[in-house]
Amino acid sequence: MQKTYYDPADLKKFSKISEWNEELGAKFFDYYGKVFEEGALTEREKSLIALAVSHTIQCPYCIDAYTGDGLQRGITKEEMMEALHVAAAIRGGASLVHGVQMMNKVNKLEM
Amino acid sequence: MLKSLHKRHSELANSKRQLDILSNGIFKNGDLPTFKEKISETNQFPLKAKKLEILQINVGYMCNQVCEHCHVDAGPDRKEIMSRETMQQILDVIKQTSAHTLDLTGGAPEMNPNFKWFVEEANKVGVKDFIVRSNLTIITANKKYHDLPEFFKKHQIHIVSSMPHWTKGKTDKQRGDGVFDASITALKMLNAVGYGMPNSNLKLDLVYNPTGAFLPGNQSSLEKDFKKALNADFNIQFHNLFALTNLPISRFLDYLIASDNYEDYMYALVEAYNPKAVSNVMCTNTLSVSWDGYLYDCDFNQMLNLPVNSKAKHISEYNENLLEGRDILISQHCYGCTAGAGSSCQGSLA
Repeated sequence: MQKTYYDPADLKKFSKISEWNEELGAKFFDYYGKVFEEGALTEREKSLIALAVSHTIQCPYCIDAYTGDGLQRGITKEEMMEALHVAAAIRGGASLVHGVQMMNKVNKLEM
Repeated sequence: MLKSLHKRHSELANSKRQLDILSNGIFKNGDLPTFKEKISETNQFPLKAKKLEILQINVGYMCNQVCEHCHVDAGPDRKEIMSRETMQQILDVIKQTSAHTLDLTGGAPEMNPNFKWFVEEANKVGVKDFIVRSNLTIITANKKYHDLPEFFKKHQIHIVSSMPHWTKGKTDKQRGDGVFDASITALKMLNAVGYGMPNSNLKLDLVYNPTGAFLPGNQSSLEKDFKKALNADFNIQFHNLFALTNLPISRFLDYLIASDNYEDYMYALVEAYNPKAVSNVMCTNTLSVSWDGYLYDCDFNQMLNLPVNSKAKHISEYNENLLEGRDILISQHCYGCTAGAGSSCQGSLA
């Protein structure tokens, strides 16, 4: 039995996903490629968004991929860390903003 | 300051040791195909030299910098310097060759005591594109070099300079403390005499090498980012950016091994192999001349001590008929020139 759930070598096999459903796999990778093309946002900006989201969803494959992608694009570690703090702030804020619901409930129930 | 592999008496100062590493391990046990096997898949072996277009002259390994990734293992402690006699032999060859580009490299070529004489003499012959690969900091290193921008301008030299990033941190980490600030000063001096300005015929191009164990990104995207940042932060202008891949030899190989990145880097190079880049690879139209006049397929083969496979082995024996059509010598370092969009001293290939 495999000793860990994640194997870094599996990232290179991502495209094999299509082998069990070629049609949907192809559609996904077409879409994925299009998403990252330069548009209203630059490829560089999209790479930083991807890096931040990778940390939010805690995907080790994505963190690996978009850290490397960022280095190739000349993105600095300061920019990478700032992007992560945006993700962390939103993630932390998402927990904290639910405190309003808690406060509403307490205020309603308490004398 | 970092010391050269030679000064450190590192085993990697020996080119045979480097070739051993590149031929054994993952390439010997079959985990990865050798470069020969890979190009054979598309019937591109053996690589053959075409008509000579670029004559690249390494005028010496002496340099005022000791960059972490340097494939020459250059530095202040290297004493290999081209003599005037060898330079004269090269001048005699330039007169008869088909090469349209003369490309001076080093070390810091300006540190050769005969540098200015050679530029003046070579310029009289009239090559179409006369490149000097200047590390920039040499211009500010000593008062005697401060007139270089004017000298370059007078002789219409095409300047190609390394700049791994538009920030100080990444640049100094690869090229040494203080290199970024000195490079910015030198770029401003070059801009001041007209180099790199829009529509100027005084060409100033920058070379980007990744600052670690990863491949370069898209050349045109990087060029846009460099232009935007250098203009916004320092009001600096330049023409083109060439994105070059670091080849796994010499000090970069030493770095890869010491940081435990060697195998992953070789996998990345092989995975990014682009057969379309093979047909344009620079060794097929370039001849590299070492400080002592010997001929090589490229500057990398020069550093690996792999001389041309031809009866004409020295510039004094130069013979276009003997050199054209020769088999290019290859090893696994060649994957560096065929990864992704390809890499050459003139930038991306494919």
